Amino acid sequence: MLIFTLRRINLFIFTMLLLTLLSFSLSKLFPGDSLINLSGQINATAEQRDVLAEAYSHNDSIIHQYWAYLTHLFDGDLGLSMASHLPVSSEIMNLLPATVELSMVSLLIAMAIGIPVGFIAAVNHKKFTDNAILSIAMIGYSVPVFWLGLLAILVFSIQLGWLPSAGRISLVYEIKAVTGIQFIDILMSDNEYKWQAFQDATAHIIMPACVVAIAPMTIFIRLARTSMMEVLDTSYITAAKAKGLTFWQIIYRHAVRNALINVIRHVGLQFANLVTLAMVTEVIFSWPGIGRWLIESIFQRDYTAIQGGLIALSSFIFIVHIVTDFIYAGLNPLARDRKHGA
Amino acid sequence: MLHALINRYLLSITLLLLIQGCNNEDTNLLASKSIIYCSEGSPEGFNPQIITSGVTVDATANQLYNRLITFSGPENDIAPSIAKSWHVTKDGKRITFYLRKDVKFHTTEYFTPSRNLNADDVLFSFNRILDKQNEYHYISGGNYPFFQSVEFDSIVENIEKINDYTVRFTLKRADSSILANLATDFAVILSEEYAQHLSDLESQQQIDILPVGTGPYKLKEYRAGSFIRYIAHNDYWQTKPNLEQLIFDITPSNTGRLTKLLANECDVVAYPIAHNKIIERPDLTLDEVTSFNVGYLGFNTARPPFNNKLVRKAISLAINKEAILETIYFGKADKANTIIPPTSWAYDKTLPEQEYSVSKAVRLLNQAGYPDGFAMNIWAMPVQRSYNPDALTMAKLIQGDLQKIGVNVTITSNYEWSMFLKLVAEGEHQAVLLGWSADHPDPDNFLTPLLSCASALKGNSRTFWCNQQFDELIHNALETSDLTKRKAYYAQALRIIADEAPLVPIAHSKRYQARNSNIKGKLLNTFGGINFTEASKN
Repeated sequence: MLIFTLRRINLFIFTMLLLTLLSFSLSKLFPGDSLINLSGQINATAEQRDVLAEAYSHNDSIIHQYWAYLTHLFDGDLGLSMASHLPVSSEIMNLLPATVELSMVSLLIAMAIGIPVGFIAAVNHKKFTDNAILSIAMIGYSVPVFWLGLLAILVFSIQLGWLPSAGRISLVYEIKAVTGIQFIDILMSDNEYKWQAFQDATAHIIMPACVVAIAPMTIFIRLARTSMMEVLDTSYITAAKAKGLTFWQIIYRHAVRNALINVIRHVGLQFANLVTLAMVTEVIFSWPGIGRWLIESIFQRDYTAIQGGLIALSSFIFIVHIVTDFIYAGLNPLARDRKHGA
Repeated sequence: MLHALINRYLLSITLLLLIQGCNNEDTNLLASKSIIYCSEGSPEGFNPQIITSGVTVDATANQLYNRLITFSGPENDIAPSIAKSWHVTKDGKRITFYLRKDVKFHTTEYFTPSRNLNADDVLFSFNRILDKQNEYHYISGGNYPFFQSVEFDSIVENIEKINDYTVRFTLKRADSSILANLATDFAVILSEEYAQHLSDLESQQQIDILPVGTGPYKLKEYRAGSFIRYIAHNDYWQTKPNLEQLIFDITPSNTGRLTKLLANECDVVAYPIAHNKIIERPDLTLDEVTSFNVGYLGFNTARPPFNNKLVRKAISLAINKEAILETIYFGKADKANTIIPPTSWAYDKTLPEQEYSVSKAVRLLNQAGYPDGFAMNIWAMPVQRSYNPDALTMAKLIQGDLQKIGVNVTITSNYEWSMFLKLVAEGEHQAVLLGWSADHPDPDNFLTPLLSCASALKGNSRTFWCNQQFDELIHNALETSDLTKRKAYYAQALRIIADEAPLVPIAHSKRYQARNSNIKGKLLNTFGGINFTEASKN
């Protein structure tokens, strides 16, 4: 387990190094002055520019410059946003929790529905249920998320009027951001309308979370199905059958657990996909997350924001990746001996 | 583990059902005590004295502040507000206001008032504008656009405090529009005590950012580009507001506002699109008022060929206004016969309707010495305003109309708005599509800023038209406060405009607003900003 942990940490450090290298070279590759691209101070006077050049070791070799950039990064200084002139790091800290919340809820929905449905498909292998589930999953996977989002707004917000179409919570409720994860903030607040706010926040998250969840859900269906079929083919299942256990006993006691382990291995991979979808969805549902902000920054050619957002998002995805790796290793003793990162 | 999983699964489903189940039972919902208004933009500040934009007026004037006097009723008569009564001397040069004693300022997180409103607050509010020595005059730039446009400093000689609750305005000359000016959304009363407090803290610029007023709502939180949260001012001197919260949800996109309205996320929506869709829904209401505005085609009368009155009249005869109303305003506007809308008391019903006649236009052109027509340019304003939602298309329609009388039009619209205004003020144009929104219902607010000689000199009018007889008439109309006399003067003035045609009035647009039918109370006036004082929700 120690070696496993060390390897993951090693992998983390090197990936982060590569990421920062990429982000640093972006500042050189973007048009304009690389110093301004790094610091975001577009209106700097000549004197301020000298101070900045000093701070970013801009007159030294490129290695020094990179090192200076890294020190700034470690100090949490991602420069100023060129559009809003606010520190990029504080903007990210304000926005990232909303994205984390949305993607976590979506992941939960995708897993909670996808995995059981996949198991049902595997159990009914080559029967009508299996085919039906697979076809629906295929359709679900093929539908573009932006179209689905608009359609959901049209049906559930405009025509049926069941769910709100925009934002995280109705502006009526005033929730102080402490952790940034809204549900926790609501529960922690001492607002007399706490319970109403909680309901409202739930109503707001259902639609975007479901829209984001659709595509990963279909993947979970297929993963769960394949993994369950593999497990059902193994000899210990045959042995269990020979012992005289009923079919459902076999499924519950043996097959599900073993199949789940394989699915969990892929959660990390799917998460990257999910966050990408969440970014598009945030724009459609006016979700105040980092994805919407990043897309706006791209339109506004806000280079500092693009670099900072890139680093924040990819490290978030990477951390989730590693966490799932650890969960997987915790659940599956066999995996702990594997030396290389997945 | 599986059992745990299934349990969790069931638990979450029960939770969801619970949440759904509780939804309708709670009658004490915060949402039923709040109104969300989806507005079209962020305010520039929180003090209407220093701005003219409609967005800011909507957001601040009637919500946060009161004026000395106000307009009320269908005729827009002047009514008491902070001043419970007033007295004008016979020569019209002195106006004394008697203030209410029970007017309380907002108590907020940033300021706690120790006294009620008194004469010092009134003096401070107006001296800030008039007195360049005032500590607060140049805070926020020193521009008071409304007061500059009505030449407030050349009307008011001084303002003095008679006692704590009596204030006297002494005027340099009699001006019957002064009361209307003081009743506009811009003439709000600020707190002098708050200004003192800010001076002590040396953060004077806060006065226009963190407002303290006497209005029915007070500022709780403002996030630029996102929302404004107002809460009820419980010590409001008039009836206590029916709401606990008033929230401005800033939604610049038209479709975004429509979606939020249809999904019941907004209670009231500014400038809605898709009117038919809104009318179709039984739970939504569409309000409309004809605004005190005018969209017009102005001629540069300082340059040929438009220094010739016949040419101007020929063009005005050749423009098909009906087609423009249909295409540009989708029928949501009234045809303009003169620059004053028909709802104004100064409108003269006997004024002959302006004709559309190509043959007459051709005849006039021949008479003016242009039998083969000529070439001209039209500058179309590059922004949308309610009085002209699409100037470029309007210019193209006019281009087509004028083709018929042999006039070739080129259209200029590729300047950015401030550049456009600058070049037009310098007289680069031959004809320009612009408009005007009145700030108060006094007809003078149309005539003086648009067509007086003073405005021609300053380039405000963009027509550079100056007619001594007309100027005298509108001047005389201001000197008397006798309504029938004023009407007679304005009727003559309107006839001069019709005869001289310095501009072609095109339309008086309507202002629209959509609301959920459970929102009661009058919100819109024919002029000025939205007003939530009477709003309630049930």
